[in-house]
Amino acid sequence: MIFAALAPLFIALFIPLLSKIKAKIHTGFFVLLVPLFIFLYFIQFVGLDFTPVLQTYQWIPSLHINFDFYLDGLSLLFVLLISGIGTLVVLYSIFYLNYKERLHEFYVYLLMFMSAMLGIVLSDNVFVLYTFWELTSFSSFLLIGYWHFKDRSRYGALKSMLITVLGGLSLLGAFVIMYVLTGTASIQGMINQADIILNSSYLPLILVLVLLGAFTKSAQFPFHIWLPDAMEAPTPVSAYLHSATMVKAGLYLVARFFPVFSSYEWFFITVTTFGIITLCWGSFMAVRQTDLKAILAFSTISQLGMIMAMLGFGTDVAIFAAVFHILNHATFKGSLFMVAGIIDVQTGTRDIRQLGKLFTLMPITATLAFFGTFSMAGVPLPFLNGFYSKELFFESAIALQAQSTGIASVLVTIVPYLAVAGSIFTFVYSMYLFFGLFGRNKNKQFNLRQKIKEAPIGMLISPAILVLGVIIIGLVPNLFNQSFLQHAATSIRSTATMESVSFWHGFSTPFIMSLVVVIVGAILFITLSKWQKVYDVFPGKWSFNRVYDRSLETLDTSSAKWTNFYMNGSVRTYMSLILGTLFTISFVFMYITDGFSIDFSDLAPVTILEVVVVLSIIVAAVGTIFTNNNVAAILILGITGYGVTILFVLYRAPDLALTQLVIETITVTLFLLCFYHFPNLKKRTESVTTKSVNLIISVGFGLLMTMIGISAYSGNAFAKISDYFIETSLPIGDGKNIVNVILVDMRGIDTLFEITVLGLAGLTVFSLIKLKNDKEAK
Amino acid sequence: MEIIICILAGILFATGVYNILQKQLLRIAIGTGLISHAAHLFILTMGKLKRGQPPIIEEGITNYTDPLPHALILTSIVISFGVTSVVLVLAYRTINENKTDNMDQLRGNEYE
Repeated sequence: MIFAALAPLFIALFIPLLSKIKAKIHTGFFVLLVPLFIFLYFIQFVGLDFTPVLQTYQWIPSLHINFDFYLDGLSLLFVLLISGIGTLVVLYSIFYLNYKERLHEFYVYLLMFMSAMLGIVLSDNVFVLYTFWELTSFSSFLLIGYWHFKDRSRYGALKSMLITVLGGLSLLGAFVIMYVLTGTASIQGMINQADIILNSSYLPLILVLVLLGAFTKSAQFPFHIWLPDAMEAPTPVSAYLHSATMVKAGLYLVARFFPVFSSYEWFFITVTTFGIITLCWGSFMAVRQTDLKAILAFSTISQLGMIMAMLGFGTDVAIFAAVFHILNHATFKGSLFMVAGIIDVQTGTRDIRQLGKLFTLMPITATLAFFGTFSMAGVPLPFLNGFYSKELFFESAIALQAQSTGIASVLVTIVPYLAVAGSIFTFVYSMYLFFGLFGRNKNKQFNLRQKIKEAPIGMLISPAILVLGVIIIGLVPNLFNQSFLQHAATSIRSTATMESVSFWHGFSTPFIMSLVVVIVGAILFITLSKWQKVYDVFPGKWSFNRVYDRSLETLDTSSAKWTNFYMNGSVRTYMSLILGTLFTISFVFMYITDGFSIDFSDLAPVTILEVVVVLSIIVAAVGTIFTNNNVAAILILGITGYGVTILFVLYRAPDLALTQLVIETITVTLFLLCFYHFPNLKKRTESVTTKSVNLIISVGFGLLMTMIGISAYSGNAFAKISDYFIETSLPIGDGKNIVNVILVDMRGIDTLFEITVLGLAGLTVFSLIKLKNDKEAK
Repeated sequence: MEIIICILAGILFATGVYNILQKQLLRIAIGTGLISHAAHLFILTMGKLKRGQPPIIEEGITNYTDPLPHALILTSIVISFGVTSVVLVLAYRTINENKTDNMDQLRGNEYE
């Protein structure tokens, strides 16, 4: 199973090589095999006697992060959607994307996404799930920005990335809390210990964090704003990521954790509220759009909201309907996106105001679109699958019963009305889409440059197969029930079984609701031009896009301001800030932990010679500040260096003394050599404030270092480790000079790198002196 | 004596930092030199001072000064030499190109 899930990722590695031979064969043909084989592999699991499968592959066992791949009914549904739609989308893309495009990049991203998505739905380990979750955001970012030379593409890519990654991070937070509470990283383990999570005081926080992740990914109101902008992606991507699979990851997450939260009332309230608002808002806004893909984007938002609401209802019927609709939506919306792509390619525009009368020109496309749109609208015809799930949606909406009073009971009362309202607009935008493209256009300017003809057969295969799915499910709705959908529904809620779905079940309330939708929807559609002005008033200029743009802008400008405030190009400021921070943190830390200590018991005796040397070093060091003569300053620096050399001698460090002596001599020579070239450099006078600030910083820092030194010396926190070197120097290193043995044998690599650093420094010095500037070079 | 050396290191740190906070390139170079001296003494003190013979093995001697700080300082001396020389030559180039050694005039703000 892990090989099936990760295969796309590995094959992606070879795509750049394969694409070299694109002159003959489109890269897509190679890629096509990948999802096809995955689909064929997983379809074997479908059957009446399906039982969940768990396979474990260790990854980071010490952190409980393993590839625990768990295939249950819900995962199976998604896996088949991902690989099935994936196959069709790749097939479609072969005809959609020209040879001249950067095909290898496109397919690498697409395969990366496929692996990530399979990983999400198969991982039982929350941390692995999270990893794949972010990988889908990442690959979605790359795919939306595929035509990166377009401004809108880059804007859309960034927007989707920011919003979904924000959700991803909050999801990680929820996972960590649940992991700490239950002590397991397994989702099934968490479900088994749902009591612990439900009784925890963190429950509201967990719910909010999980739902933030799910809502951002599944484009729920008010996070839906990224999805319309994501339509800048190539159409196969929109059909695949932003309709059939990735945006359903949020639904998957809610469904997956449904057994944990379902008995928590706020889960019902939140998920239902957001779902139903998204349904209404998405369908309401879809009617306003003029771009074909934007209509489909808002329609997707609205459909996602509907499924989310059903997951919120949480009753047996609702859960089954949700699963059913996930399948149905993938079929009709996938085909509609492909139709939109066909129209875009064949006519050169996606603006619905410029299109119309395409029925005679593109009869096959029109037929496919008919099934897609009418199924989406939920028109009661026995060969459209959309009607069944919509009917079940109504049925579950009216069957809701409040367990208690309060918000939940209010919600239960208004949900059926909102469901009908949302569905009416769904009907309106479906008709608007279909008739806008294929119907008469009375007042449209119809002047397209290119001659319009039917799409090539290759582009029609994929949508045709999806439409075939629409019809088959419509005609035989119970075909997949027992063997497939049932398993998915019961893995969310064990009692959610549905014996059979039937087209006609009398004049029941859901059917009447459907009729109301069709009648009111038709009236609204016919009178569309009369009430369309509503959109100028509501939502008018007020939108969440503005909030997003404004906050991004504010973030940009304020961080620029803040950065310019401290990155002002002055070394002095940088040093002051760094040292000031260091001083404050160290001082406070030492003060809090009571780290200052002083111990006079174990000290070396003080001799007069040492004191004289120390005093002369101090005088010399202070002297560097007060001297105004450069040469004098350099020589005084030399005095401190030689003073330190004498100290090394006194403290029995012959190697140090020798090295210091040589280095100090060279340094002073180098100083003098360099500054020989700069006459007339005089000490500058500075204001008293600057001087005193400098003084405070430097004295403070010196004081801190002294105190750290004394405390570290007196503290004796650790035992000496140098006995080892003294003992083993001769036996291991075969050398009597212990310091040399440490440097050359024990820490040989360190010394090697030290030599490298010195060599680089030498090269730098050489090239800085030799390097000629532009003027000199000419 | 260790405490005196700690104080000396502190003074060297303080004077080094004060030099670095100046505007002249030369003073910044001098400051880095002082700070490296300070760091060396600081490390040396951590291994205790004058507690035995120089760390060169001879028969009959069991008590040596701590060789570890010596090894660390030896590395550090060489590295600080590298740093100082690069800083110096960089300063030399900078002054030659820009005809000033004032850090406030070398802020490179032309892109703002």
